[in-house]
Amino acid sequence: MNDLMQVLDKNGLIVAFLLVGTLTWITDWFSKKVLNSRIPGSALAIFLALFFGYLGGVFGGGEKGLADLQLFKGLSVLGGSMFRDFAIVATAIGASFVLIKKSGILGLISLVLGIGVFFIAGVGLAWAFGYRDAVSLCTIGAGACTYIVGPVTGGALGASSEVIALSIGTGVVKTIAVTIFTPILAKKIGLKTAGSAMAFGGIMGTSSGVAAGLAATDPRLVPYGAVTATFYTGLGCLVCPSVFYLFIKILVG
Amino acid sequence: MIQGLAVLSFSFLLGMWAGELLGTWLGIDANVGGVGFAMIFLLLLAETFRKNGWWKKEFEFGIEFWNKLYIPVVIAMAASLNVKSALSAGTLAILAGIVPVLLAFWVFKILTKSFPAAHE
Repeated sequence: MNDLMQVLDKNGLIVAFLLVGTLTWITDWFSKKVLNSRIPGSALAIFLALFFGYLGGVFGGGEKGLADLQLFKGLSVLGGSMFRDFAIVATAIGASFVLIKKSGILGLISLVLGIGVFFIAGVGLAWAFGYRDAVSLCTIGAGACTYIVGPVTGGALGASSEVIALSIGTGVVKTIAVTIFTPILAKKIGLKTAGSAMAFGGIMGTSSGVAAGLAATDPRLVPYGAVTATFYTGLGCLVCPSVFYLFIKILVG
Repeated sequence: MIQGLAVLSFSFLLGMWAGELLGTWLGIDANVGGVGFAMIFLLLLAETFRKNGWWKKEFEFGIEFWNKLYIPVVIAMAASLNVKSALSAGTLAILAGIVPVLLAFWVFKILTKSFPAAHE
């Protein structure tokens, strides 16, 4: 038994392949046999993974969900940013450059619109919860964009660590919300073409949430959503601590 | 197979570099659009290779493998997110994480209705 644990401990990434493979095996089966494919197997797998991530946080007490438990640590390698970005880029091979060029303007408009909507809504909610200083309002609004824009903005403006932590929490909740709501609402909002996926990526922004949500909706849409979403965090880091901050500062005096 | 993977890796590194450069140029400590640039480089490279007859069928296998691995990577990512602390960050974090998303779904619906490019 001790030997087995040693093997598992040494080969974390391989253990992660086994875990994810087994999970998708079960969810695909469940989706086909029990749900008549009404909910895609990959959507179930992603949702269950979030749930396991929660359990991992409860039992492991760290920051990496299930990957904080020794046995599952390989998950943070497989699901880390290097493999994630590499695999997203690989999806481009199935995309059409002509379509991307055609929807370029729409993608650009949706990016600006998306950052605006999330920032304003975030600031509004922070105001409703009693925050009145421009720095905190701006940091929480930035956190509503993504969990990277939040701390970058907070750091640049000198927000308190409590507010920065809050902005990171907000951003992570957003990623999870986009992941869960996308496959549920996709049909209702007409998210089914390459062009609409580009607009979707621009508006929602969180590349992990958009990519996971689209993967669960229709994997063919992933490259189109990813190509715009990838600009969101950078653009957010650019405008939130500058233009948006000045704007909020004028508003609150 | 490995040649295809090399094309993918080359595009990836070049794109990430472009993203870093753009970030530095804009004066922010973030990678701006690295993934997007990489995707466009990959598309352009594959197009050029095909036009010149350098592209081989086996190339695609190396890239296709990573394309297919994408969903498993996302599943692993979901399991290693800090879900617990996100949920325990308080009511404001949960509301500010969810309400704007719902609002954005509505904005998306209006935007795509007024843009014909969204239907292709």
